[in-house]
Amino acid sequence: MSDAPASARDVVLGRIRDAHRLAPPPDLPYEAIARDYRRTRSASTDELVELLVDRLVDYKARVRRTTPDELVATLAAALRDQGVQSVAVPAGLDAGWLDGSGVAVRRDRPADGAGLTVAELDHLDGVVTACAVAVAETGTIVLDASPDQGRRLLTLVPDYHLCVVRADQIVPDVPQALALLDPVRPTTMISGPSATSDIELNRVEGVHGPRTLEVVVVTSSSDSGM
Amino acid sequence: MLGMPTLPPPAPRGVGHLRGDESFPAAARHALADTQLRANLGHATRTIRAKRASVVAELPDWEELREAGRQLKVHTMAHLPDYLEQLEAAVTARGGVVHWARDADEANRIVVDLVKAKGVDEVVKVKSMATQEIALNEALEAAGVSAWETDLAELIVQLGHDRPSHILVPAIHRNRSEIRRIFLDEMGDVDPDLTDEPAVLAGAARLHLRRKFLSAEVAISGANYAIAETGTIGVVESEGNGRMCLTLPKTLITVMGIEKLVPRYTDLEVFLQLLPRSSTGERMNPYTSMWTGLTPDDGPQEFHLVLLDNGRTQVLADAEGRDALNCIRCSACLNVCPVYERAGGHAYGSVYPGPIGAILSPLLTGVEDNASLPFASSLCGACYDACPVKINIPEILVHLRARHTETYAEEHRAPSAEAVAMRTLSYVMRSPLRWTLALRSGRFGRLLGRRRGTIGEVPLPVVKQWTETRDLARPPQQTFRDWWADTHSGDPS
Ligand code: SF4
Repeated sequence: MSDAPASARDVVLGRIRDAHRLAPPPDLPYEAIARDYRRTRSASTDELVELLVDRLVDYKARVRRTTPDELVATLAAALRDQGVQSVAVPAGLDAGWLDGSGVAVRRDRPADGAGLTVAELDHLDGVVTACAVAVAETGTIVLDASPDQGRRLLTLVPDYHLCVVRADQIVPDVPQALALLDPVRPTTMISGPSATSDIELNRVEGVHGPRTLEVVVVTSSSDSGM
Repeated sequence: MLGMPTLPPPAPRGVGHLRGDESFPAAARHALADTQLRANLGHATRTIRAKRASVVAELPDWEELREAGRQLKVHTMAHLPDYLEQLEAAVTARGGVVHWARDADEANRIVVDLVKAKGVDEVVKVKSMATQEIALNEALEAAGVSAWETDLAELIVQLGHDRPSHILVPAIHRNRSEIRRIFLDEMGDVDPDLTDEPAVLAGAARLHLRRKFLSAEVAISGANYAIAETGTIGVVESEGNGRMCLTLPKTLITVMGIEKLVPRYTDLEVFLQLLPRSSTGERMNPYTSMWTGLTPDDGPQEFHLVLLDNGRTQVLADAEGRDALNCIRCSACLNVCPVYERAGGHAYGSVYPGPIGAILSPLLTGVEDNASLPFASSLCGACYDACPVKINIPEILVHLRARHTETYAEEHRAPSAEAVAMRTLSYVMRSPLRWTLALRSGRFGRLLGRRRGTIGEVPLPVVKQWTETRDLARPPQQTFRDWWADTHSGDPS
């Protein structure tokens, strides 16, 4: 390292201190910051599922509801309907989920030196993952690179992302989602498929991320299947 | 020297995009003559305004979120050295390298050296105001490195050899047939039968950029926020080009202004609610990426964070202007501004257009280098109401008019009647009561007016700039507030 960056550091910090002396800032301790917004809302699981599904559909994601018993069949149906023949899955995804789906499954195992390359991913039809948490109010799926979600590039390069959300992973709002997340894990918040409004403000789904996002919501009650 | 605080320097001249070639009134006249531009802008701002209003109305605690956002920013700016040092330690502990840049030249040099050290001649970029401010693409170009903008609008602007006109939708001044033409002429590998359907155009951009993403070694990004406590950096976007840049290349270089800090991870609960609703009018933008230093096997394996001053510390030294640093670049103030809607982004000269640009650019460069910008407003107050962190833009505009007038008077040893007038106006506008009293007294009419019904062009250097864009109505005999109070005296309000 050369000297220049170190001295720039001292100069910039010194300038800030000078600025503070020339124009003393108001004294507002961190603990005194007013936080009168909603932070501890509660809602029933049914309400949360309804709200999440409503928001996902509004932002052009596809949604299927299922139960734990029907999950495997639902995933197989989703892949079949999309015409998917090959998928990437993260190392820790439940091996039984894609049993009998008939698609070629490529498991990403970077820790064992068997990670999928970008070129390989580019030739796969889709990716199947779980999620860390989902936010009902904003229709957001959060991935935190846990073993059942995998590296960030898995859900980015293939054109179709099929994501499984358990009903007990849904929280009402953003504050409650952040409370469950670990900041040092690489985190991706996904709200609908990739989109742009850059051309005359027309919303176009799918620019660089997966053009189709499909979410399977797993509820334990048997009456909420579709 | 010791013990005496010095005023930090402004953003230096001769580098970056904070100063325009002509004054706002001159540039705005060109824009006003461009009917296509005005139609596109009118449509864009109306559409975003309506979307924003409906998603803001969904949150019963919107005002409480705004106040929390404001206080968080005020607190952060008052403890900036501590938080920057905390951020640096956290990023370093997780394998990142932190660089400090006094100004645009130094930041450009740092980035160019890092890129050259990798031995590559092209980089992919995520849309970033900070890198536009310092003209990083031009600096890279001069060093023989091609910088590919990957945001669709930025790509349109770059291929069109054009300048962005809006913070959020930089190509909003272009319509679909113009974009089709630009793609056909500039992309090289594009299908000659390309139609002007937005989906088809977006598809062409997807193909064009995909090869670059899959092969790029180095990416450059900005940051929407950096969390001091954890060293986490966040980028919000819609298209996935950000995720591509932040995930696939081996090396990531992030350039951010020193004001983009948030104390703790929890504090994102405020800004992740304020930002998407204020900017695109969405409950949440499609993609938000957050990373903390390096993660083995996942994403870039080399991370550099460049912390940029470039005039920000001078803004901090202006007690009445420093709140401009609290801006989260949502662009809500642009979309509600009647002046912006007609004049467009280019008229502001700087990369920061609209109401925020009218205060931030002169604060960063020193008011004399952007002297006409504080006058590019009708002081209607819509920007203040829309701002998610409650920056009182009209008040800062008036303050800057006074600052300009004072500097002008000092430099020209001219009689400073207008300086006094502007300073008084600034003082008066800071209090609703003083404003009411002043309107009633007709003080400004006497100060600035003539015997006509309106205050027309006044042949004074400053007041002229202020009044030539529109005629000010002389304060009426009875103000609206008085009339309201008189006729509604029984109302319990
Ligand atoms: S000044 Fe406020 S409204 Fe304008 S861009 Fe900044 S945060 Fe948004």
